[in-house]
Amino acid sequence: MDVLAILFTTALWAAAIRIASPLIFATLGELLCERAGVINLGIEGIMTVGAFAGWITVYAGFGLWAGVVVAALAGAVFGLLHAVLVVPLGLSQHVTGIGITLLASSLAYYFYRLALPEVTTPPKIEPFQPWAIPGLSDLPFVGEALFRQTPLTYLAFIMVVLVAWLLARTPLGLAIKAVGENPAAAEAQGINVVAVRMGAVVAGSALMGMGGAFLTLSAFNSFFFDMINGRGWISVALVVFGSWRPGKALIGALLFGLFDAYQLRLQQWAGAVVPYQLFLMLPYVLSIIALILVSRRAAYPRALMVPYRKGER
Amino acid sequence: MRLEPRAERSLLLTLGFPLLALMAAGLFAAVLVMLAGANPFTVFALILKGSLGSRFALMETLTRATPLIFTGLAAAVAFRAKLWNIGGEAQFYAGAVMTVVFGTGLLPLPAPLLIPVLMFAAMLGGAAILYAPAFLKTRFGVDEVVTTLLFNFIFLLFVSLLLEGPLKDPMGLGWPQSKKVIADAQLPRLMKGLRLHWGFVLALTAAFVVWFIDRRTVLGYEMRAVGHNAKAAHFAGIPVARVIAKTALISGGLAALGGFSEVAGLKGNLTLDLSPGFGYTGIVVAMLALLNPLGVIAAAVFVAAVFVGADAMSRSAGVPSYIAHVMVAASLLTMVTAVMFTRHRLRWR
Repeated sequence: MDVLAILFTTALWAAAIRIASPLIFATLGELLCERAGVINLGIEGIMTVGAFAGWITVYAGFGLWAGVVVAALAGAVFGLLHAVLVVPLGLSQHVTGIGITLLASSLAYYFYRLALPEVTTPPKIEPFQPWAIPGLSDLPFVGEALFRQTPLTYLAFIMVVLVAWLLARTPLGLAIKAVGENPAAAEAQGINVVAVRMGAVVAGSALMGMGGAFLTLSAFNSFFFDMINGRGWISVALVVFGSWRPGKALIGALLFGLFDAYQLRLQQWAGAVVPYQLFLMLPYVLSIIALILVSRRAAYPRALMVPYRKGER
Repeated sequence: MRLEPRAERSLLLTLGFPLLALMAAGLFAAVLVMLAGANPFTVFALILKGSLGSRFALMETLTRATPLIFTGLAAAVAFRAKLWNIGGEAQFYAGAVMTVVFGTGLLPLPAPLLIPVLMFAAMLGGAAILYAPAFLKTRFGVDEVVTTLLFNFIFLLFVSLLLEGPLKDPMGLGWPQSKKVIADAQLPRLMKGLRLHWGFVLALTAAFVVWFIDRRTVLGYEMRAVGHNAKAAHFAGIPVARVIAKTALISGGLAALGGFSEVAGLKGNLTLDLSPGFGYTGIVVAMLALLNPLGVIAAAVFVAAVFVGADAMSRSAGVPSYIAHVMVAASLLTMVTAVMFTRHRLRWR
């Protein structure tokens, strides 16, 4: 097939949106944490836990939506741990985040091995099926690409709107932004900085957990080792790329998904000539390039990574 | 509730809290062991026996500690200057790649010449890998945490490419592995019949050198100053960007020496599973050592003991060996918490 012709196939665009979906959840989650002034490097581990928790819930015989809820709760639990350590206790957000990632992923692997000691091929579950949205899914091209996705993808898009609305239109959103920009001023306004920051981290981590669950419940249908494969770190890059705005972050995730879907197809096309590893590197290289491009004018939340202690300057 | 800096720290506090931290992590692991239906006392006894219980076990622990000392030092050096190098994994592999490129027959030198050349090449490789993110940080303000993390994935794919291409061993029966390094490139064993090799001595030396740089040289002082407060360091006339670049070169070089030592001292060749996460575990080692270069030795031996012991234990007790990862990660979190409480006290008001 022609290299350019691939761009005009609905399969490509449908795949792009599928690939973007877990990144949308995770990027939104990280964005929420960072807008409140907390970087959450626990993301990779929290996604692993979400993937595992969602999968084991369904594997144990509960429904798919129960799996999503459990994944979100599991993510929230590790988010709470991160929040307690870095917000009231003021520990280094970098070190704690890495620690959360190591702890969360090793716990997921431990319980996976405990649940299934002997298996070599991970057992599959019955995943979410695509929902064709009546009417819209019959549209030419767009319908096929956009409106025949699984419910979790629609949920990801709804979450973007929800988070954007929360940040832009509600007092709570204003409080989140305030504690991320100038916590002392927020405190003076009567905002409980510690509570708002912790709440944002917990909610953001729940979203990360759902992003992980997308992989097991809507993409791979099973849980295996290293399945997050850097998606958490890529999401951290996407937050910067999206300049901490949900809409732009969505565009970033979609661009990323499109690029990834495209390279997967190019790989089949040029795989004989170009080593496949070069294609697999592209997503990570692309993330770094994106970071370089935006970093010059990146407007970080001003209190990002600065612990807040009442009365201290 | 608020935290106040402590006016003074008693010795009891400074030593007692970290000890409590390790015990808390142990307690957490004990709960998980009980969930697996095993007796935590039996399991911990097996871990202790499997890691320190015999001369063989002890030597195995020290062998496993060797790469961790290198990656632990790499993290400690960088973190002291607040350069968040999470890319120890990539730098470790860079050192291993350089060792294999030059050590499998390309340079037919005698051992006293070849080994220093390989060490230098390895350090250069690792330093280059970290120099890029450090440059992006100082020049463009790109956060190095994310770039070093992403580099790990990129470089591991690059190693995979090399092992299926130019570095592939034609006699390897199709496995993605490199040729063995030549005899002159091998680090000898410390004693006959043991796996412990001269890389361990090299690691100890590296720790002392890093300690010396840190405490006795201008560069060490500048690195700490930059880590403590980069802005103040800049006003004091310290060339911050240059210090960060030097820190990156040292840190990357140290992690790469770990890769060199693992190939030249233990494995002999390069495979994709050369490192079971040594780069990431090095971060834990550095934090457990409170970023003290000499403390890294003790912390690396402790972490290695947990891993080696858990491997032995899981074979007989049926508790997944991932319990070691859980214990190590939990001790990282409890340790940083404990250290904070040696410096601050909680006031309920």
